[in-house]
Amino acid sequence: MALELNGITKRFPGVLANDDVSLTVEGGEVVALLGENGAGKTTLMNILYGLYTQDEGEVTIDGEELSLESSADAIAAGIGMVHQHFMLVPVFTVTENVVLGQEPTGPGGVIDIESARREVLEISERYKLAVDPDALVENISVGVQQRVEIIKVLDREARFVIFDEPTAVLTPQEVEEFFGIVEGLKEDGKGIVFITHKLGEALEIADRIVVMRRGKVVAEVLPDEVTTQELAELMVGRAVDLTVSKTPSEPDRTILEVRDLVVLDDRKVKAVDGVSFEVRAGEIVGIAGVQGNGQTELIEAITGLRPAVSGSFFVNGEDVTDSDPRDLHERGVSHIPEDRQESGLVLDFTVAENMILNSYYDQPFSNGVRMDWGVTYDTAGRLVEQYDVRTPGIHVPVSNLSGGNQQKVIVAREFDRDIDLVIAAQPTRGIDVGSIEYIHNQIVSKRDAGAAVLVVSSELDEVRALADRLLVMFHGRIAAEFSPDADVTDIGLAMLGSAE
Amino acid sequence: MTDTKSPETDQTPPERSWFEKATGVGTSVARSLLYPTLALIAALAIGAVIIAFSDAETIQILFSDPGTALGDMADEVWLSYRALVRGSIGSINSISETLFAATPLLLAGLGVALGFKAGLFNIGAQGQMLIGAIVATYVGIYVTLPGLIHVPLTILAGIVGGVLWGGIPGLLKAKTGAHEVITTIMFNFIALFFVQWILTTPGLQDPGRNNPVSAPLAESAQLPRMFGSEFRVTIGFLVALLAVGFVHWLLYRSSIGFEFRAVGANPHAGSYAGMNVAVVVTVAMAVAGGLAGIAGANQVMGLEPYKASPALAGSVGFDAITVALLGRSNPVGVMWAAILFGALSAGGREMQGAAQVPIDLVVVLQALIVIFVAAPGLIRAIYRLKGDEGETTHVTSGWGA
Repeated sequence: MALELNGITKRFPGVLANDDVSLTVEGGEVVALLGENGAGKTTLMNILYGLYTQDEGEVTIDGEELSLESSADAIAAGIGMVHQHFMLVPVFTVTENVVLGQEPTGPGGVIDIESARREVLEISERYKLAVDPDALVENISVGVQQRVEIIKVLDREARFVIFDEPTAVLTPQEVEEFFGIVEGLKEDGKGIVFITHKLGEALEIADRIVVMRRGKVVAEVLPDEVTTQELAELMVGRAVDLTVSKTPSEPDRTILEVRDLVVLDDRKVKAVDGVSFEVRAGEIVGIAGVQGNGQTELIEAITGLRPAVSGSFFVNGEDVTDSDPRDLHERGVSHIPEDRQESGLVLDFTVAENMILNSYYDQPFSNGVRMDWGVTYDTAGRLVEQYDVRTPGIHVPVSNLSGGNQQKVIVAREFDRDIDLVIAAQPTRGIDVGSIEYIHNQIVSKRDAGAAVLVVSSELDEVRALADRLLVMFHGRIAAEFSPDADVTDIGLAMLGSAE
Repeated sequence: MTDTKSPETDQTPPERSWFEKATGVGTSVARSLLYPTLALIAALAIGAVIIAFSDAETIQILFSDPGTALGDMADEVWLSYRALVRGSIGSINSISETLFAATPLLLAGLGVALGFKAGLFNIGAQGQMLIGAIVATYVGIYVTLPGLIHVPLTILAGIVGGVLWGGIPGLLKAKTGAHEVITTIMFNFIALFFVQWILTTPGLQDPGRNNPVSAPLAESAQLPRMFGSEFRVTIGFLVALLAVGFVHWLLYRSSIGFEFRAVGANPHAGSYAGMNVAVVVTVAMAVAGGLAGIAGANQVMGLEPYKASPALAGSVGFDAITVALLGRSNPVGVMWAAILFGALSAGGREMQGAAQVPIDLVVVLQALIVIFVAAPGLIRAIYRLKGDEGETTHVTSGWGA
């Protein structure tokens, strides 16, 4: 059993997304499709899943050509896809989500939920997924939601499963469990395509690694024949620096001080429960933790987006607990938000407009009434150049840019002024290696210029690479403090709460 | 990183035409006109079919004498559309009638469009017009001033009424999250019944009448006619054109407009960037209401017998939503949409008179145009246009947002 893509070419206006790409997946094999964002991985998989039609080339299973006009055709051919963003209905149960779209019905069109439930249970047990068929999707963790997606695919009798960036949303422990599930699928004879831009994962799980760059397959390697460094260079097309090079920190005066801060989440439950810490000029403090342990609410509180219930925080010694984002902005606080598309950018706005999103109201961009577009465009042009934003121009909507370049727009906007404090949440989530390297260097150079930096990331590797001091957050509290070169297992245990 | 410059990253800004430079409209005016134009053509084609089949006698002979029947049909369509064109742009009087009908549509349409830009679905133009008209009526009757001051003052009164009637739903949304669709619809009812009542109170009611009609405005508060007294169009149309310029300046040149657009496109990003979303929402609704208020004032200041009645807004407040959609919420687009609707309504009367085609056909044509504009996929399918994947008519955030 083999799935083959032969000479696939796909053009979009102005872009050659896939250029004569060929790829084979056998049953019982895990193929990692590795590449930066924009390399054409997702386009290729969307062709395979029937969402796009290729301009040239063919898709075959065991030599028989498939005509994939829609995802229904792909499912019928035995191809399943677990998307990066889950396609689940939050208020439905696991079972209801699994059968959605192909509900087993009894006489009179009544849904036979009981037989569906048994099926879910059976798949869950067979692949050791430990999913409760009756749980509501909104109540289960992201990792379990992903398994629901896997059950959906298996329930539709997929022989080939495509995972699109499956680990992006998972904690390190969940990633391990996920790899276990992939092993199980592989033993069962499924052919697996694993799309990722994380080198370590490709090396760990794949039987074969296919590297794409600029729409082309540039290499096909076996994991034990190649090092991380070599893979990174294949992927980016030049030598890259995977570690963050920085000198030891020289902490100076305290810039940010947080005292006994308590913050509620949207459900009015205590998400931050008495947190105290400080960040000093010239140091990077990293906050690690499994997502959902109050990091988001903490950041929102100290950037003025969410009220504090009690406790306080200070910037340069002044109490700013009740300050709004603009006040903090004017006090030299810059904020790289967790979700660049939801809050960091107005996607419909141009690159230039996004460059001034939080300083538009004042000199030199405006006199308070009238915008000065001339100055804005000059500034945007300079920032695009200076921060290496790859864009066709400053007048294109920022939504046309890749994730990494969108993030660079934010970094340019936030860093191009006198700042005392950088608050960066998930600064490199979902972006390519080249941009990660660039943004890390920018953050370190801000530190070296004397700013205090607070970095929150669910990628432990990132926090360890960047931070001079590392705090672990668990259940709304600071559970432990580590030096960044501490043992990963210890940090991991603290993230799971066993340090208390 | 010197080796990373590739052709697609060259920093050449797109060429901007003199028109774009002059108006600052952006890069897609021609493109944004393409779809409405194609929609108009498609709507006229379907309208032709309807006209062709609207004559019972022709249908009766369709099978017995198809040649004559088809000939009659073609004549009928030709006659109708010729009348439509003649009635809308065929003479100074037709142009006057077109602009006369377009004036309130343009003003109220700008109000709705401004709301869309700020992410607000302002259904309340009708009520804002009514309240604006009533306040204007007071000032128009009771203040005695020379026309040069009285006219602007009365318009200002209309703005005040509209600002109030648009601002309150804005404030309710900002403070309590009450959805503006619900509140503005309710405010339309409140405005209607309030006007029905207040126009029966002594002081405002026309003496000697027992239905809700106001006394006529003082002559000094009446809008002067633009092309002389025999043509109905007033300088109200010039006021509306000024409003186009104002809204354009507000949205694309001012910092408050930057806030409107940012909050409208992504309120999360707006508050992250330090904008006060509650204030932006309230101000946007108030300005939108003010524009509709001018439209209301126009309805008492600009047409005989210069009296306020509960019917003064007709269906303008609702047609304004259509106009704003058709103009894609762009002030210049709204202007062309309002003029088009004005032309259809002026031409429709001529069509009814000359070709005995009911004026209701105009409403059908308007509806068809809007359907085609709202569903660009339909236009692409009809004209076999190569689609821009992802182009959709996203006017405002949905109910849940």
